[in-house]
Amino acid sequence: MSLDLLVAILMTVAGAATPLLIAGLGELVVEKSGVLNLGVEGMMLIGAVTGFAVGTTTGLPVLGAVVAMFAAALAAAIFAVLTLTLMANQVATGLALTIFGTGVSALIGAPFVGITTNTLGPIFPDALTSSPLLRLVFGHSPLVYIGLALTFGVAWFLNRSRAGLILRAVGESDSAAHAIGYPVLKVRYLAVLFGGAMAGLAGSYYSLVLTPMWAERLTAGRGWIAIALVVFASWKPGRMLLGAYLFGLVITMELQAKAAGFNMFAPEFLASLPYIATIAVLAIISAAKRGGTNAPACLGKPFRAAT
Amino acid sequence: MAGKAMAPRLELKDISKRFPGVIANDQVSFQVPAGAIHALLGENGAGKSTLVKIIYGVQQADEGEIVFDGEPVHIGSPKEARALGIGMVFQHFSLFEAMTVLENIALGMDNPPPRRELEARVREVLKSYGLSLDPHRYVHTLSVGERQRIEIVRALLQEPKLLIMDEPTSVLTPQEVEQLFETLRRLASEGCSILYISHKLHEIKALCESATILRGGKVVGSCDPREESARSMAEMMIGGSLKDLSGKENCTYGEDRFVVSNLSAPGEPPFGTSLKDVSFSVRSGEIFGIAGVAGNGQNELLAVLSGEEQNDVSGSIILDGQELAGTSAGARRKAGLASAPEERNGHAAVPAMNLTENAILSARGRMGLASGGIIKSGASRDYAARVIDAFSVKATGPGAAAGSLSGGNLQKFIMGREIMQNPTVLVVSQPTWGVDAGAASFIRQAMIDIVDKGASIVVVSQDLDELLELCDRLAVINEGTLSEAMDVKGISIERVGMLMGGIHGGGEGAAATGKQEGVAA
Repeated sequence: MSLDLLVAILMTVAGAATPLLIAGLGELVVEKSGVLNLGVEGMMLIGAVTGFAVGTTTGLPVLGAVVAMFAAALAAAIFAVLTLTLMANQVATGLALTIFGTGVSALIGAPFVGITTNTLGPIFPDALTSSPLLRLVFGHSPLVYIGLALTFGVAWFLNRSRAGLILRAVGESDSAAHAIGYPVLKVRYLAVLFGGAMAGLAGSYYSLVLTPMWAERLTAGRGWIAIALVVFASWKPGRMLLGAYLFGLVITMELQAKAAGFNMFAPEFLASLPYIATIAVLAIISAAKRGGTNAPACLGKPFRAAT
Repeated sequence: MAGKAMAPRLELKDISKRFPGVIANDQVSFQVPAGAIHALLGENGAGKSTLVKIIYGVQQADEGEIVFDGEPVHIGSPKEARALGIGMVFQHFSLFEAMTVLENIALGMDNPPPRRELEARVREVLKSYGLSLDPHRYVHTLSVGERQRIEIVRALLQEPKLLIMDEPTSVLTPQEVEQLFETLRRLASEGCSILYISHKLHEIKALCESATILRGGKVVGSCDPREESARSMAEMMIGGSLKDLSGKENCTYGEDRFVVSNLSAPGEPPFGTSLKDVSFSVRSGEIFGIAGVAGNGQNELLAVLSGEEQNDVSGSIILDGQELAGTSAGARRKAGLASAPEERNGHAAVPAMNLTENAILSARGRMGLASGGIIKSGASRDYAARVIDAFSVKATGPGAAAGSLSGGNLQKFIMGREIMQNPTVLVVSQPTWGVDAGAASFIRQAMIDIVDKGASIVVVSQDLDELLELCDRLAVINEGTLSEAMDVKGISIERVGMLMGGIHGGGEGAAATGKQEGVAA
């Protein structure tokens, strides 16, 4: 295999892994605060379509990505009001958010089907990407670097910062955190909004970098993989990085197999590989840990302050 | 005296707090001088916890005034309370299991210093009060006594002027209690006032110099505990005279009836304790006690004995010669093994279901409340009504939801439901936990009555006094291992305390682990 091809494959892996990583880190923070938001897929679609719409109309893909974050955070805010203030069931509301996001994104995106746009491509000057190895380091979209930086940022935030300590405390025992005097709901609101913004950014990666176009259900279920990766990662940012790149590799294998005309299996089977891998990984992790995972103790439980 | 000119550290003036349907505090007034150890006495539901939550800012009073060091104050949040110099150690610790000691302490402070500095200060406080605790251990690996030390260190770091202790000793071994009292006395001698909430009267006699007694949300008296007897204070608490338990009439024991041998089982995830080779036997006419600090495998033992937990269980459970290991909970009930777990709401009873339905859940086999898959509603209602009647359960009738009953009444109903099935062996955990004194003595009497008729009882409790009063023999469970059984007559409390703290093999001091160092000192 030539170096060129290897670098190309590795870059595809990074490209496939980045949205999983960004959305997964967002969901990881949300779950660490004790909230289970299953609406990642819906928020990613909202991010993808708004990012694309703003990117094409203004010609500024960066602005598109920023608007995508705000739009998805807005959707997350709806989820937060329903589950945190009104204490609706988190699982049902999260599923509803995904259905809502799928529908709304199709509606907003209808006029944009079939158009292409400027991509949020490599940021470094061409001189830096002349050789394959340099390209491997400098040839990515800025979001790839943001994903890597975010991993370290989230790890630092959770384990080293006071705010992160409080967030973990809220997820471990909301009643104890409340008794000490921390604003449980406020912390959870902020976490959910952050998770929404990250899902939106991850979604915009599909429409502004990877494809770059809009089609209904563009994210194709990758939001669910991001949620599964949180479990895979045992709620640890470092392992999220590993998991996202591992799944990036699986997705790339699927693409490469198709491109190489590998037709021993039906293409539908290859396309389902990442999802089969997700189920296998979750089953193996649950079996290996015998139910005792590293999950935040209050995950998915509503909190009502005693007055 | 110098104290005369000084304003009291804390003064409450006519504090009232209402909840829908109840008045938790009704014009409560009292004061605590600087450097005093003041007890707040009362039964469960007397309003003690609500009152201290108001002082600590967790809840707000509807009426009344709090005066701190002579200044009227409004305490809107725990943060404001801490800013005034009020510290609190909760009954149910506000700790985070999956975090380290240091992280937990940092969470309890408003402006914690950087972690190295904090660790240095924590070590300093531990050293100066002679407490042992490793700042880097995860909380779920600690004993209950050590967990409480985290709360105390957290409060001490703020250099409090008033420290509130809510039922601090309910889960400690006798040695740990003594060590806690040393710390509190030392704090008081340094000028910190202590508000001590408890219903354990001999502890209050040993520690406190003044006491306020609450009943039904009102102050009904005050006293100097050193000059009262435990009995006189108990009568002030319940507002009536205390009835003695009538002892067991026949003190002859039958054959070994319930024999448990080499029982091992894994702990409940994520942080449970696994059972290791537990063996004991109970004779007919005997009450067998299992003492121990919470979280040492009691819940696991109860689940294994009742048949609720079957996975990876090894060992044998023999009732009247019949092997029960491997059989289902229903089969065991039919065989005459009744059980009542610790948690009333949601484990022993379903709160949203009515009393008739709750009766059917455990009594259907033995009392014939269902046949061929069809519930006999008349018979079931009759059975529930009989339980309500015989155990004087205060409820609107068999149709009342279990969750609508007070803790004591629900516990009476659950005990009645099991006892009236005429079990040969009754396994029960914490039969009087959080139950008022009247109901507690009723339940204890009912237990004595059935062993008089030849049944056997296994009672798991953290309340050593209760076990000493009820049991014929007892054993101590520590980290999933059960000690040898001891006759309660002439038992050494010190030895029981050592076993509870995890020291086996008789009182040699050399075996003491870090946990117990303070005891010898």
